[in-house]
Amino acid sequence: MSDWYTTFANSGVGATLVTQLGLPRPAVLRRYEPGQPLLPGPAVVGTAGEGRLRGTVTAVLRDAGVTVLPPVDADGAEDGERPAAVVLDATGVTGPAQLAAAHDLLAPAVRRLRPTGRVVVLGNPPASADTPAQAAARQALEGLVRSLAKELRGGSTANLVLVPEGAGASVAGPLRFFLSGRSAYVDGQVLTLSPADVPAGADEERPLAGRIAVVTGAARGIGAAIARVLSRDGAHVVAVDVPAAGEALAEVANEVGGTALQLDVTAPDAPRRLVEHLRERHGGVDVVVHNAGITRDRLLVNMDAARWNAVMAVNLQAQLDLTQALLDADGVLRPGARVVSVSSQSGIAGNRGQTNYAASKAGVIGMVRAWAPGFAARGATINAVAPGFIVTEMTARMPLGTREVGARLNSLQQGGLPVDVAEAIAWLAQPGAAGVNGQVLRVCGQSLLGA
Amino acid sequence: MSSPQPRRAAVLGGNRIPFARSNGAYAQASNQDMLTATLDGLVARFGLQGAQVGEVVAGAVLKHSRDLNLTREAVLGSRLSAVTPAYDVQQACGTGLEAAVLVANKIALGQIESGIAGGVDTTSDAPLAVGDDLRRALLELAGAKTLQQRLRALARIRPGSLVPEAPRNAEPRTGLAMGEHQAITTREWGISREDQDELAVRSHRNLAAAYDRGFLDDLVTPYLGLTRDQNLRPDTTVEKLATLEPVFGRHDPAATMTAGNSTPLTDGAAAVLLASDEWAAEHGLPVLAHLVDAQTAAVDHVHGGEGLLMAPAYAVPVLLARNGLTLQDLDFYEIHEAFAATVLATLAAWESPAFCKEKLGLDAPLGAIDRDRLNVNGSSLAAGHPFAATGGRIVASLAKQLHEAGPGRRGLVSICAAGGQGVVAILES
Repeated sequence: MSDWYTTFANSGVGATLVTQLGLPRPAVLRRYEPGQPLLPGPAVVGTAGEGRLRGTVTAVLRDAGVTVLPPVDADGAEDGERPAAVVLDATGVTGPAQLAAAHDLLAPAVRRLRPTGRVVVLGNPPASADTPAQAAARQALEGLVRSLAKELRGGSTANLVLVPEGAGASVAGPLRFFLSGRSAYVDGQVLTLSPADVPAGADEERPLAGRIAVVTGAARGIGAAIARVLSRDGAHVVAVDVPAAGEALAEVANEVGGTALQLDVTAPDAPRRLVEHLRERHGGVDVVVHNAGITRDRLLVNMDAARWNAVMAVNLQAQLDLTQALLDADGVLRPGARVVSVSSQSGIAGNRGQTNYAASKAGVIGMVRAWAPGFAARGATINAVAPGFIVTEMTARMPLGTREVGARLNSLQQGGLPVDVAEAIAWLAQPGAAGVNGQVLRVCGQSLLGA
Repeated sequence: MSSPQPRRAAVLGGNRIPFARSNGAYAQASNQDMLTATLDGLVARFGLQGAQVGEVVAGAVLKHSRDLNLTREAVLGSRLSAVTPAYDVQQACGTGLEAAVLVANKIALGQIESGIAGGVDTTSDAPLAVGDDLRRALLELAGAKTLQQRLRALARIRPGSLVPEAPRNAEPRTGLAMGEHQAITTREWGISREDQDELAVRSHRNLAAAYDRGFLDDLVTPYLGLTRDQNLRPDTTVEKLATLEPVFGRHDPAATMTAGNSTPLTDGAAAVLLASDEWAAEHGLPVLAHLVDAQTAAVDHVHGGEGLLMAPAYAVPVLLARNGLTLQDLDFYEIHEAFAATVLATLAAWESPAFCKEKLGLDAPLGAIDRDRLNVNGSSLAAGHPFAATGGRIVASLAKQLHEAGPGRRGLVSICAAGGQGVVAILES
């Protein structure tokens, strides 16, 4: 499944044609491949106010072999290597006046940013501010980053990471994610970290080596992509889907060297069977991805109980039941376990004809937030990933006009690929993402819907 | 030099594709296609990608001449390691169970640590052969050296020679179809139409219930769009079956065997994973059951006056005696439903003092069994019966049933086969 328009608009004839017609020319995104360097060029690092994370940022970049450039002057040199990323430590802003420093750093650096560049701003959470002025300045960063993300072209992205006091050790993983190709379709987002014990010395190439990962709905589409990426990152994947999808499921399991478990997650004994399977076959589980989901679209007034109930059962109740069973089963959910729930843009923005689906996907967000403190207490995390317009077999069946317009309604002017969602999920499963808990990470190219 | 002590081979699980009616969902699939898909489903279930198991043993009853190395070719096309050895076996409808016994025996002797046993059959993609006249003419033509010899060979070919020979579901020495043989036995044992129809209905209901409770979720992998056995009729009733006309033994006005209480021609494949306990533990795979012992028998259906499909009635008492068990010591009975009447005649024989004394040489009859422990998850009348695949279907299903029932439970597998043969085995959880 690929985005034909993006391919066409970047071909010789296509590029000329879309330019002359004034059509959007979406960039080819920088996506992760094993062995790829963190960034294709140097990074500019600067601060606004007395930042406390500059040292951490510099260490992360140097460890990854990235050349760190000092801030570019407003009238600075136009020669020299163009940066592939700009990282602004804005944890020191105490009032609106210091935001000017953010502008002063970003403007010249962003002007020189390469295509598929990255802008990452680190700030403090507004809620913990000491004064209204401080809170205002911290909150202002969100407006700055979200707007800058809309201004960037060429497949570049801008994201904001909020780092509370004491969560400095949590920064490295998220910073690497937002700089890397793994976050290709994550744009204009705000992620809040929490303090956590982050294991040191993770294997960047195979961060999930030795882990057991369950993926529901793994027979096709986004679920199959999740299985592939988790496997690529070193995990043994237990691929779960309904028995009727078993043929495709077996192919996915064989492709990724995992195992197929045919199971209807809504069956009354599904939680017991999953727990028993994980205990008997693997002695436990490290990563659980609740991806199984269905749509049964109708306008609310035309929706029968069967449509409503089927969507709730698969998309929400099964996630609650399976997670609870794993929490209750002694020792099955291993220390440092990661649960990632697939939500949806519809759950954030709503969607006509999807009251049932949007309700279920919003419910997932509520579930994740409510469980986060309990998970943190066991050294585990639970997060949601909310895909935007992702090019799948399902969207391929949409009418051409609806599909192509839907795919362009975001800052990157293109639909995402299943692998983009999978990369975000696999990253949340990494040891380095220990400081991300109870968050909703949107993979939507900064969609205009529900932004 | 001392040999290793025999050990019991463990059944770890199985996989099959849903069985399709002849010329149904798998009309275009070959035996090799189906067996390969079945192996790949097993590989996916147990994470055996690239793994080398000790041996893969399988077979087909209806086999193309090109499939001389069917199982090995299926292994090469599967996700198993290409250095996994394989061989074919054929014992008619006993093929699948015999394959499991062969694998289990090598494991028991320590010759291999793991193995896959299976079987496959298609009645849709069946081999057709040229008639003997045409075959001889073509062979002569191939061997001809002069134009004259070639013309003479070609001249032997007549329009009538061009009709192909299809495999027949008939005994070579009697010319009778299997159903006609069973009809004789059915009449001899006085098996009623009502009892046969009732057994058929129970088979459909039990299999449907097994699907509904998810029992088959880790035994079956869908194939070519088929997710359940095509022959399964969950809503069939004794009343519906009573309306069918007899199809076997029709010269008898009291004929009882219909399409409803006989298995239809079917396409499909099944495989079972067996191993030593040590191999299972190393691979983190729970043991469902062990294969305790097995026995074959044959009857003389040509001149001996015994029914073609009655050999299991002889094999089971030998197997029980060797293991110090009575028929009632078993917790579950899997008696292959070639025809409903086959099962009923076998049970009647074991209950008959005369049969047990005169034919089996026993002082007392084996006795009756608890019918609620018979084919509890359905059998061939509902699932269908792709000849060589049935053994694998039953062994995997029974092993899972025994595992669910708890440790120390025993189950009997009894399969009748063409040529007057029978293969039986005991599994224990």
